Order: sequence, then structure tokens, then C-alpha cells
Amino acid sequence: MISAALRPVTSWVAAHPVASFVVFFAAFPFLVPYQSLATQVLIFGLFALGFNLLYGYTGLLSFGHAAYYGLGAYGTGIALAKLKLTSLWLALGIGLAAAVIGGAVIGFFCLRRRGIYFAMLTLAFAQMLYFVAFHAADLTGGDDGLRGIPLLPLGLFGASVSLRTPLAFYFFAYAFVVLAVAALRRILDSPFGAVLQAIRENSDRAVACGYDINRIKLLSFVFSALFTGLAGALDALRLTVVPVDSLYWTTSGQVVIMTLLGGAGTFFGPFVGAATFLILADRLSLFIEAWPLVIGVIFMAFVLFLPRGIWGTLAAPGVER
Amino acid sequence: MLDIPLQALAAQAFTGLVLGGIFVLMAIGLSLIFGLMTVVNFAHGSFYMLGAYVAFSLMGVTKSFWAALVLAPLVVGALGFLVERFLIRRLYGRSPDDPLLLTFGLSLAMVEGAKLVWGKIGLTVDPPRQLAAAVNLGFMNFPVYRLFVIAVTAAVLVSLWLFLEKTSVGLVIRAGSRDALMVRALGVDLNRIWLLVFGIGIAMAGLAGVLAGPMRGVYAEMGVEIIIDSFVIVVVGGMGSLAGAIVAGLVMGEIVSLTTFFAPRLAELIIFIVMAIVLLVRPSGLFGEAGLAE
Repeated sequence: MISAALRPVTSWVAAHPVASFVVFFAAFPFLVPYQSLATQVLIFGLFALGFNLLYGYTGLLSFGHAAYYGLGAYGTGIALAKLKLTSLWLALGIGLAAAVIGGAVIGFFCLRRRGIYFAMLTLAFAQMLYFVAFHAADLTGGDDGLRGIPLLPLGLFGASVSLRTPLAFYFFAYAFVVLAVAALRRILDSPFGAVLQAIRENSDRAVACGYDINRIKLLSFVFSALFTGLAGALDALRLTVVPVDSLYWTTSGQVVIMTLLGGAGTFFGPFVGAATFLILADRLSLFIEAWPLVIGVIFMAFVLFLPRGIWGTLAAPGVER
Repeated sequence: MLDIPLQALAAQAFTGLVLGGIFVLMAIGLSLIFGLMTVVNFAHGSFYMLGAYVAFSLMGVTKSFWAALVLAPLVVGALGFLVERFLIRRLYGRSPDDPLLLTFGLSLAMVEGAKLVWGKIGLTVDPPRQLAAAVNLGFMNFPVYRLFVIAVTAAVLVSLWLFLEKTSVGLVIRAGSRDALMVRALGVDLNRIWLLVFGIGIAMAGLAGVLAGPMRGVYAEMGVEIIIDSFVIVVVGGMGSLAGAIVAGLVMGEIVSLTTFFAPRLAELIIFIVMAIVLLVRPSGLFGEAGLAE
């Protein structure tokens, strides 16, 4: 019934996804209790968007996306805090390069196995990176996390823009996330995107059609790592610190939960899920210390009864995915 | 000159056997459940954690390690029955990713639940008085409790082997992991078999937790730590292969233990390096058949 009332809205949104995103998230910081929460939703939504490209659209369940998030965060953080780079752009580029290279190498290994093994392998490799970061304290700060990341002003067309207010930082992140959302739309609408979804639906048939699915899967993995790494790099700037837990399996788990809550394989699901998760966690933690217990139970209920997630159920009732 | 390192090396190798035993108990349960039901149980480690906590509480009530050793796996196994019957059973016929996701949520809830019930700070458990001493093996002194863990693991493995190979239920389980549809067509109620196997696997995880408690301490995150090691072991051994789980579990136990001795900083990394090498050389695992549930 609710979904019937929302029909006109959802169909307009479905027809103009990027424009809808631009409009909604321009207003978003003024709709939530505080602006830093809005930035968090944006960045974690981007993280989930990267995960969703791989799981929702290509059908590969990764339990190790903390790896690319952490590589993006540490790459950018180390460039600023340890290498003392003065260009924000260059630091972001280093973070993205770290995530992409990590994605290519780990993807190569994990894609040697399919299905359920893939999930276990991604988890194992991410955990391996966690231990590396934990022990390489000279570079990463180890258990204490990487501290002392300066929030440099952004050099833009010769001008220098300060990012120190929450709202300025929000729109800085917003610009990147809008670019990523437009890029994802472009990928999904391309023939490459169609093959990804063909792999998800029936990978044997995609092989039979003559596609080199291993190469395509690896490419999807690397794109996914790129989006995820961007989220990590932005989060390092937002927090000005990289906690070692950003590489821990709990971070991978969070993005799985967010994406499934919002709706895997849907365009807006990752952002809906990130907002739901973060607002829920924000509110729940006021009342109960063991709020992850509640989230765990809600997540189980979604897997059992609402596998298409919030957005998947609202936007396309009765249609698989 | 070489005498002392050699003795220490022998002790370390024995410790590796103990760790390997815990790994094997975990990996066999995972592999058994996966082989029959194509369910990857992320919560397997959380049942290991629960086994350790339940044993701690039972020891408080009964004042007996032996009662806890027998009862805790049964309690945890009974909980496994409930999880299969009321949660996982709803997911048969859906993507194999779905049980993994469900049990991930379950393990998150269990870790937090354990913190609520038993507190956030880890607990220490003493081995029973009868096993607290060290025994002289001729070349070194070794804690009796650790020998006991090796013995229990061996006894459980032999019983499991006898059960699977010599009983009619075991025959149905082996047939069911080959071709569930055919077994159904022959009029066997596989639902009961699945329930049983899930319960047995979970009880073994619980037992591993009880045994590990006095050696490694009891804390809420202990399960998630071991589930990742266990995943690596079943990937290396070959998922669904019991022989693979045993060999890979013991080998990994030795590798971790010896690495701890020679290069402590590498100890947490070594199993991932071994896994990467196995994946390159033999992607289906040491004993795995290519194509199983892929």
C-alpha cells in the first residue's frame, strides 16, 4: 500500500537516478540531526555502492571489502601524515591507486574460486591486510591508528578552499560521490554492465555466449575496489585519523549489512541502507550498549523475510531484484 | 649447543598438534555441514565461543570440569538444532550466499549477547586438577592437559569415522552429500538428517571451545578469530572433504606453532600466505574436487 502511494515518486526516481541523487543529497544535510551524520551517510553509501557493484550486480559476495576501504584510507592518510604531501589531489590519487592495485591482486587470487569460496577468500585476504597494518606500526601507527592527518585546503582552479566547516566538507565529499554515482550509472548502462548482470543471473550462459567472464569479473572487482577506496580516502580526511579497525572484518560486515538492508542490486539501495544503518546505530546506541545485537537480529530478519531490502521492496514490488 | 633449541622445537611441535586438534574439530564440523547442506556456517566460531562460556558457567554450577566437558557440547548442539530448524531451514533452495549472510547476522548477535551475559572482559579457566601437572615425555616436560586435548580430539575423530562408515545413519549422510535428490527419491527424510548433522557439527564446535578455554582463555571475540582460521583451513583442505579438513587442520596447527617460534611477527600472517600458495598451485584445495558448490 505504501509502495503504491510512492509509485509516481519511485518511477520518476528510477527514470532519472543521477538527477534524483543530486537533488536529494543537496538537501540531505539539512534534513538530519547533525551535518557530520550526513557526511557519514554519504561516505558509507559510497562504500556500499562499491560493494553493491560486485555483490548486487555481478553476484560475487565479498566479505572482505574492508581491504579496499582501508587501502584507500591508509594510502591517503600516509601520503598526508607521513610523506607530508601538500596536494590533497595527489593524496587522494595515492589512496585510490592503493585500493585499485590491492583490488587487482586480491581479486586475481579470490577469483580463482567461485561461489562460497570466494566469500571466504575475500574475508581471509582482508584479515591478512589487517594483520599487516597492525604490525607495520612505523607506517600505519599500528594499534593506535594512523594519526595526524592534516585537513589541507583544497586547491581548485588556482583558488584554495577550506574544508574545515562540516558543511564545506559535506559538499566536498558530495562532489566526489555524485561523480561516482554518475560513473556507476554509466557502467551499468554500458554493454559491460549488461554482461555483469548476465554473470549474476547465469555465469555458465555468459561463458557460452563467448564472454571472458574471468576478465570481466576481475574488472568489476577492480571498479568496486576503486569506489570503495574513494570512500576510504574521504573517510580518512573526515576523521583525520585511520583506525586500524577500518581493515578489520567488522568493517566488511558493516557494508554487507548496509547493502542488504537497503537492497542489493538496486541503484539507491546502498545509500538507503547506509542511512538506515547509521541513523539506527546512532539512535540505538543512546539506549543500549549492545546495539549491534539489535542490528544483527534486524539483519537476520531481512535475510529471511525481506531479501530485496528496503529500496528493492519499495521501488519494485513483486519483481526479483 | 643444539640440545636446547631441539627440545624447544619438539615442545613447539607438540603445541602445534594441540592447536591443530582444535582446528580439526572446527573444520570438520564446517566441512560436514557444508558437504551435506551447502551451508557455510559463519556462526560456527560463535558456537565455539558459546561452548567455552557455557562450560565456564557449568563449571561454576557443578564444580566439575568433567560434567562441563560432556554437558556444554550437548547444550550448544541443542541450540544448533534450533538454529537449523527455525532459521536455516527456511533458506534451502535459495542462493548459497543466503545462509552465509544469515549466520553472519547470527554471529554478530551472539558476540554481543555473550558480552551482555558474561561481561566484556575475558575470563580465565583453569584446567582440572587431575590434568594440571606437566608430564615428562623423556625429552621435555609437557602439560598433561594438552595431551588430554590431543586424546579427546583423536577419540572424537575415531567415533565420527565409525559413525559415518559403520552405521546406517552414517551411510545415509554419505549418500546425502553425494546426491540429496536421489536419497529423497528412495524415501529417506533428509530434513531429520540435516538437523542431526548440523547439531553434530555445532556440538563439535562447542567441544572445541570447551577444550580451548583453559589454554587460550574465554572471550567474546574468540569465535570470530577462529572462524577465519577455519575458513582458511577448509579452503586449503578442500571444502566438503573430511580428510582434507584433518590434514589441513593439523598442518596449519604445526605451521602456526613453528612460525610463532621462529618468526613471531609472521605467526598471524602465515596461514594466509600458505592459503595464497595453495590457491595458486592447486585451486580446488589439497583434497577438494573442483566444481563442488561453485
